[in-house]
Amino acid sequence: MRWLPEPPPWRAHLRDLSSQEGDIWSDAVALANHRLDFIRTNALDEIMRRRYETAAPPKTGTRPIRLAILASSTVAHLHAPIRVGGLRRNIFITTYESDYGQYLQELLDPASRLHAFKPDSILFALDSRHLAQGVHAAMTADNAAGALQDARMLILRCWRAAKQAFNGPVIQQTLLDPFPPLMGNNEHRLPASRSRFIALLNESLRDMADAEGVDLLALDQAAQRDGLAAWHDPALWHRSKQEVSPARGPIYGDMVARLIAARQGRSYKCLVLDLDNTLWGGVIGDDGMEGIIVGQGSPLGEGFVAVQQYAKELARRGVILAVCSKNDEADARAPFENHPDMVLRLSDIACFRANWDDKPANIRAIAAELNIGLDSLVFLDDNPFERNFVREELPMVAIPEISDDPAEVPQLLADAGYFESLAITDEDRERTAKYRENRAREQLRTGASDLEGYLRGLQMRLVCKRFDGIGLQRIVQLINKTNQFNLTTRRHTESDVMEIMADPSSFGLQLRLLDRFGDNGIIAIIIGRTQSPGTVLIDTWLMSCRVLGRQVEAATLNLVAAAARSLGAHTLLGEYVPTKKNGMVKDHYESLGFSMTSRDPDGRSLARLDLDSFSPTPTFIEIIEG
Amino acid sequence: MTNLPSQEAIYTALTEIFNEVFMRDDMHLQPALSAKDVPGWDSFKQIEIMVSVEERFNIKLNTREIDSLRCVGDLADVIARKAQV
Repeated sequence: MRWLPEPPPWRAHLRDLSSQEGDIWSDAVALANHRLDFIRTNALDEIMRRRYETAAPPKTGTRPIRLAILASSTVAHLHAPIRVGGLRRNIFITTYESDYGQYLQELLDPASRLHAFKPDSILFALDSRHLAQGVHAAMTADNAAGALQDARMLILRCWRAAKQAFNGPVIQQTLLDPFPPLMGNNEHRLPASRSRFIALLNESLRDMADAEGVDLLALDQAAQRDGLAAWHDPALWHRSKQEVSPARGPIYGDMVARLIAARQGRSYKCLVLDLDNTLWGGVIGDDGMEGIIVGQGSPLGEGFVAVQQYAKELARRGVILAVCSKNDEADARAPFENHPDMVLRLSDIACFRANWDDKPANIRAIAAELNIGLDSLVFLDDNPFERNFVREELPMVAIPEISDDPAEVPQLLADAGYFESLAITDEDRERTAKYRENRAREQLRTGASDLEGYLRGLQMRLVCKRFDGIGLQRIVQLINKTNQFNLTTRRHTESDVMEIMADPSSFGLQLRLLDRFGDNGIIAIIIGRTQSPGTVLIDTWLMSCRVLGRQVEAATLNLVAAAARSLGAHTLLGEYVPTKKNGMVKDHYESLGFSMTSRDPDGRSLARLDLDSFSPTPTFIEIIEG
Repeated sequence: MTNLPSQEAIYTALTEIFNEVFMRDDMHLQPALSAKDVPGWDSFKQIEIMVSVEERFNIKLNTREIDSLRCVGDLADVIARKAQV
C-alpha cells in the first residue's frame, strides 16, 4: 500500500488512541490512512473492536455494514484487514465467518448462526483447492467439462441463496491458481489440468457475475500483477489452510472495503492535478512552453504523457478532472491550449484553479464549484510539502504518496483503488462535458443582470417519466450514491425499485433536464408511497446539485403533487432525515410551502402539504410528460 | 562481503517484533522464552511472528525450520544462520 504515507511513531500513537476516553473513531480513521503492515492492522483493529464491541461508533456519517464471509478455508486473519479497510473509508464493518467447511449448510439453514447474524453484505471466499476437488489429469474432456459445470452451479446456487435470504450486495472472490502446471507452456491442451480448470472458472465467473448482479473481488488480477508468490504461500497453506498470505491481508481488506464503499456511492469522484512536475517536467512560469518536459523523445517526457493519458482515460469513463496549481493563470493554461505534445486539453478539465492562494483554499473552492464533497477528491502533487499541508488542513482528501518519477504514477493510482466503480453508464462517459456546460451556464448567470432573464434564457425543459426498465440502472445508481441533495438518503436495491414499479399505490418519477447548453441527464428521482388512504409519503426525493437555483425544485413539486393526486391523495408528507452530508436540504419542504408537523431532537422532521388547496407554482421550465 | 547480525541485534529486533505482535511494551526476549510463557501466543500469533521475522530479516523460513522451533533461542539461531545484515 505504497500510496499511503508512513505512519507516525506507531506504538505511542496506538497507546494514545487506546487510553483516550470516549469516541476515538475519527482519530482511528486518520491512523488507518497510513501504510500499515498486517501486524499493525491487527493492533489497530484490536483497539477498535474492544472500544466498539457493543455499540457502533456514533458519528461515522456512513451506513454501517454487517459482512458475512463464507469461506472454504481459513480466513480468520482477514477479518481485521477488512474492518480496517472500512475504517480507512469511514465505514464501520462488523464481520462474521461461517464455521469451518459449513458455508453452504449455514446459507441454506434459516436457523443457522449466519442467519442470526443478519448480514447485509456477503463475501464468498471459496478457495481453489475446494472448487477443483476431484479434478485430476486422467479425466476425459467431457468429465472435466462436467466438473467445471458443477463448480459453476455450486457458485450460482450460493449466490442465489444469499440473494434470496439477505438483502444486500454479494461479493465473489475470483480464484488464485496455486496449481503448478503439468504440461508447461501449453497447459491448455490438457483438458483436466487443474490450472486450466481454474482459468476457465475465473473466465466464466465474469459473465455469471454480470448476469446475477454480483461484484467480483479480482484476486486473480491482483496475483497476475504482483506474482502468485506474493499472495499465496504453499507452506502456509499446509500449515494453516490460509489461501491468502497474511502479509497480503491489508490489501485484501482494502479491496473488499473499496467494493463496499463503491456500493455506498463513496468512491472518489474527482482527480485534482498539480501541474509543474506532476503533469509535465519543469516549471512553466520559469521554463516557458519550450522548456517544460512533456512528449515523445525523452524518457521523462514520455512518462508525463503516460500520466496524462491515464488521467484522460479516467475522465472518459466518468472521473472528473480538475487542476490546482500555484502559477499565473495564463502561464498555467498555455500548455493546455498550445503545447503540441499535451494529451490533456482545457476541455478535459472541469475546474481550473491556477493562482497564488494556498492549495487547501483552492481545493475547497474546487469542491464548492463542482458541488461535490471534499471527501470525493484525490489530489495528485509531486511536492511533499503541498501534500502534507493539504493533509493537515483537509484530512478527508485522498493524497497518494508519489515520487518524482512519473513512470510509476498510473499504476500507483490504479493500485490505490480510489475510483473503484461497479458499472458504467452513458452519463459517466459524458460527465466532464456536463460539468463544463455547467460552468458555461454559471458564466451566463454572472453575465445576466437578472435571475428571471437568465432562467428564461436557459430554455429549460423537464422531461418527466415514471420509472422504467431503460432507466433502471441509472435510477439505482443515483439512489445509492447521492448524498447531498437527498432528503432521506434511503438506499434501495434494484429489486426494491422494481417492486415500486409494480406497486399501484406507489409512484417513482425520473426527471431529465434539458437546456440550451445540453442535456443534464437524469437529475431527480422521487418515490412516493401511499401511507394511508388519502396520504402519500415522499419516501425519496433526491436531485443533482448541478441544477440547483433554477426553479427545478418547484417544477418537481408540481409533478409530485400531480402524481400523488392521481393516487387519490389529499395530503402529501415530506420527510427529512439528517446525515453528515445533506444539511443543504434541511429546510427543503418548508421553502416549498409545506408546514412543519414535527421535528425530533435528532433533526428528523416531517412536513405536510394540503393537496386540495395547493396550486402549482409557475416556473420558466417547460414540462414534457414522457 | 556480508556480515552476520550479532546476537544482540537479533534480540533487539525480535523484542521489537514481539512487542508489536502482542501489543505490549514490556517484553524483553530471553533465549528460553517459549509459547507457554506468553499469554495469547497461539498458532495465529506464531504465523504473525514468522511472517514478520521473514520480512524484517529478508529470509524465508522453511517448514522444517519452523517445526523445529521450541523457544526464542531456536528462532534466533535460525536467523543467525540465514540472515545477512
